Amino acid sequence: MTRTRRGWLAAGSAGVAVVLLQPWAARAEISPALQAAIDHFTSGAPVQTGRVTLAVDAVVENGNTVPVSVSVQSPMTAEQHVRSIAIFTELNPQPEVAVFHLGPASGRAQVSTRMRMAKSQNVIAMAKMNDGSVWQHRVAVSVALAACLEGE
Amino acid sequence: MKLPLATLLLAFIVAAASAAQAEPRRSGFDDMSPSTQALQREDTQNPAMLWVLDGEQRFNADCARCHSAQSLGAAAARHPAWDAAAAKPLTLAGRINQCRVRHVKAPALAPESEGLLALEAFVALQSRGRPIAPDPAPALRPFVAQGERLFKQRIGQLDFSCAQCHDDNAGRRLAGAKIPQAHPTGYPIYRLEWQGLGSLQRRLRNCMSGVRAEPYAYGSDEFTMIELYLKQRAAGMAVESPAVRP
Amino acid sequence: MKMAALRTLLRVPASARPGEVMEVRLLMQHPMETGFRPDAGGRTVPRNILRRIEARFEGELVFAADLFPAITANPYIAFPLRATRSGTLTVTIEGDNGLAERETAVITVA
Repeated sequence: MTRTRRGWLAAGSAGVAVVLLQPWAARAEISPALQAAIDHFTSGAPVQTGRVTLAVDAVVENGNTVPVSVSVQSPMTAEQHVRSIAIFTELNPQPEVAVFHLGPASGRAQVSTRMRMAKSQNVIAMAKMNDGSVWQHRVAVSVALAACLEGE
Repeated sequence: MKLPLATLLLAFIVAAASAAQAEPRRSGFDDMSPSTQALQREDTQNPAMLWVLDGEQRFNADCARCHSAQSLGAAAARHPAWDAAAAKPLTLAGRINQCRVRHVKAPALAPESEGLLALEAFVALQSRGRPIAPDPAPALRPFVAQGERLFKQRIGQLDFSCAQCHDDNAGRRLAGAKIPQAHPTGYPIYRLEWQGLGSLQRRLRNCMSGVRAEPYAYGSDEFTMIELYLKQRAAGMAVESPAVRP
Repeated sequence: MKMAALRTLLRVPASARPGEVMEVRLLMQHPMETGFRPDAGGRTVPRNILRRIEARFEGELVFAADLFPAITANPYIAFPLRATRSGTLTVTIEGDNGLAERETAVITVA
């Protein structure tokens, strides 16, 4: 889908610069609150990396509105489908962003929304399959400030 | 073979020169990231359309008795316009309120209120795609001139004029954000920083706070004159209302 | 006290072929007050968010979302739905302060 490709192109081109300038962003920071939120979602299943694609710009213009899209490789049949997709942040005041519940009626495992980011940090997308397995993708996002902020 | 090559080269140089002359002006849209541009491009994704929905309902309740939406296609592109009765220029919001008081017999809507912004967004949408076509009334000229003076006047603790950023340094970066040329092509805008819809005057107040100047009041003559000048400066550029901006 | 009606834009494609996966788009006008923000007086503004979205096609639950304060004001959600037959998509929205809204859209499958 165009939106995902565009997001990936932006992430790919800006991602290199971000990693070079800010290596700290790639390191995971799992607070107790984030760990509890992840455990609640995974029900204890081990988290594997892969199958999930979190499309978000590596550098965003404004932390107030960050478009995100998550897609998961899955045939979405009754036998094999994604049950839910969760988005977490590492450094927001509250780690959960949203949890989306899908099923075979969805036809495709892809959701889009817009989130808030308090500061530059890692964003984590997780998908839970009907067999209980959990997959993730983590992306480092840098947030630029808008100039000329609200004064009154 | 030399003559055709020289002709081709000359044609290329002329084409390049005229392309550069054709449109050096950039809308704020062009300076945004592709993700933010995507928010504006599709009506099903543009948060400003929620206010347009409200504006349409209000329009149908109050304004449709005299106006069809289509008949107002030139309004936003033309305003601020000369109002002979008041002997001064009126912004689009000012015109909407004047109509309400005189013809709908309803009270004027407060500046920057949800209702006024919704109506302004709905009316401005009718001009989307049209070129900004300022009212040519000669009576406006001294007001445009004053607007230009205000644009070029240094203000605030930081002692900056609008022109210093938006004429002299447009395209450069300020605190990580690209400085736009400041053409009011898309108002009222959904500004990501506000997480809501706002008018040009709200944005200008932000600018003034940014240079640590006391902002002019909503509805002030200064804002009307600055908008007049900005619209002259942007004449011919396409209306994008309601736009999304960071 | 029930809040004023929530302004929403629910968009489905004009029509779809059987088996085609459609994208449903939902845009809602809501401040999504996080509960973390101080007001001008320094007091924390109380949380006021949309919490749960459910979409049912002809009565069957086909999508749900749990939203948290990190979802932007004026939330936008796009989700997939496989077209099977024509019918009504009903979206219910539940939020803080007793907010409960319902939107419907007709899906035409031919």
